[in-house]
Amino acid sequence: MTIQNAATDVATSVQAEVAPKEPVRGAPMVSFEGVTKRFGGTGGQPAFTALDGIDFTVAHGAITGIIGRSGAGKSTLIRLVNGLEKPTSGKVVVDGTEVGGLSESSLRGLRRQIGMIFQHFNLLSSRTAFDNVALPLEIAGVDARTIKAKVGPLLDLVGLGDKSASYPSELSGGQKQRVGIARALATDPKLLLSDEATSALDPETTQSILELLKRINAELGLTVLLITHEMEVVKTIATDVAVIDRGLIVESGRVFDLYASPKHETTRTLLASSLALPEWLRTSIKPVPAAGDRALVRLVFFGKTAFQPLTARLVAQLGSDVNILAGGIEEIGGKPFGSLVVSYSADPAVIERANRFYAETGLTTEVLGYVA
Amino acid sequence: MSPDMLLNLLLKSLSQTLQMVAAAGIIGSLIGLPIGIFLATSGKGELFPAPTINRIVGLIINAARSTPFIILVVAIIPFTRLVTGTSIGTYAAIVPLTIATIPFFARLVEAAIREIDKGLIEAARAMGATPTQIVFKVLLAEARPSLMAALTMTMVSLIGYSAMVGAVGGGGLGDLGIRYGYQRFMPEMMLTVVVVLIVLVQLVQSAGDALARRFDKRNRKN
Repeated sequence: MTIQNAATDVATSVQAEVAPKEPVRGAPMVSFEGVTKRFGGTGGQPAFTALDGIDFTVAHGAITGIIGRSGAGKSTLIRLVNGLEKPTSGKVVVDGTEVGGLSESSLRGLRRQIGMIFQHFNLLSSRTAFDNVALPLEIAGVDARTIKAKVGPLLDLVGLGDKSASYPSELSGGQKQRVGIARALATDPKLLLSDEATSALDPETTQSILELLKRINAELGLTVLLITHEMEVVKTIATDVAVIDRGLIVESGRVFDLYASPKHETTRTLLASSLALPEWLRTSIKPVPAAGDRALVRLVFFGKTAFQPLTARLVAQLGSDVNILAGGIEEIGGKPFGSLVVSYSADPAVIERANRFYAETGLTTEVLGYVA
Repeated sequence: MSPDMLLNLLLKSLSQTLQMVAAAGIIGSLIGLPIGIFLATSGKGELFPAPTINRIVGLIINAARSTPFIILVVAIIPFTRLVTGTSIGTYAAIVPLTIATIPFFARLVEAAIREIDKGLIEAARAMGATPTQIVFKVLLAEARPSLMAALTMTMVSLIGYSAMVGAVGGGGLGDLGIRYGYQRFMPEMMLTVVVVLIVLVQLVQSAGDALARRFDKRNRKN
């Protein structure tokens, strides 16, 4: 699809939902093979290990999120992809090319095929929106006429067709990031790196930027690798995710699976805000049931189970009342994902019937504790 | 002395000052600019890493800047003679003024460039820019308002320095003030010279500020 077509589409249906494209599971766009990165270690100071033996791949056409707390090594990881950082050991391969083996000039050639957007936008204050988008083309030695023909449609694509003559100081944060995105797309890259691109934006603007990235991924077939500390970002647009903690990838896979059954403690912590219980409920949970207490259980619906009337059947199965205390249905990785916190009698017979029901239906559950 | 003669003296001195300041300012800035860029980009891990040369150039600049100007003027007389063929007069005075301008302006350029957000350099590198492209398309472009302010500051300082080159027959307003106002007890001449210098500095400063504002797109509001 050409940029012009994409631009009209965006203009006509800015708020439309776009299902993320199913990534191609073949040769990866990016692969990390045993990548370690240490900083310092000279002059008697101990070296700091930012990344410790990373093995990880980014599929063609996917939106892959790397999530971790600050200092986990995610900034270093993303900078290895376009050679802004060099690995201490191991290999980083982008679309079949090993980044570490490139000369400075070949590396510059590779960088022109990789767009990058930043938390603080990094726009030139002395250039208008138009000239900021033109910068990577000027750098690549593209002639003025081609630049002119290219920049306009790009600004249209990101919804800033009318801001072409504005300076960054005249634009809002979200608009600046849109210019950043247009700039990153100027050289028709095959890969887009996003370094905390929405972390400086308010929630509403964040959503619109993520929507734009999702659309670009779907319509231009661009692979996106993003780093973030917000699970919300991963949940909204990513298809694949890796959780990074202290230089190690502790868990990776489809976003959906991660939500459905988080395995590592760091993942749970990061998910916590998404799956948080209401305050009144959290403070009344007891780890051991007293007589007459009720079991508090989280039911997770996804895939097939999301569309079945399981709650009604659960009530019938238990022969006991079921209280719904919290819950909601969200879209994760383009699929519905429901989470329901319910309580029912902690009587062993009821619990037994419930567990049999869960086993039969394949419902994922987690006993959170007991409430009076 | 008739008012006409005084006016002529004043105009002649003003023209000498302007010539010296303009010539030394232009030549000194043109030489100081690349040195300043070098200082700001040749540290360890920077665009053109050459930390040893960076340190040596830094030392020379510091040495030049700590030499009192009047001593510099006399100390480089042989060099001045080599360049202009003479060591006295307005043209000869341009040489020490230029030499003093170079390190002064270079340090201001260095500061102006170091002030630029490192994120912009990173963004340009991520686009595949060469170090030279980064200097011209990012650093110099973004530093334009600060560079304009640096140039203004340099010109104003030069006007002050130019008053000292009377010591080698450079002429100019400062010299006029000393010789007529002070040595010949003509306080009205002294006053006039001071007023003209004040006006000159004001003009340079206002022009510089206006240009810097024009280049500065950082704080525009809708």
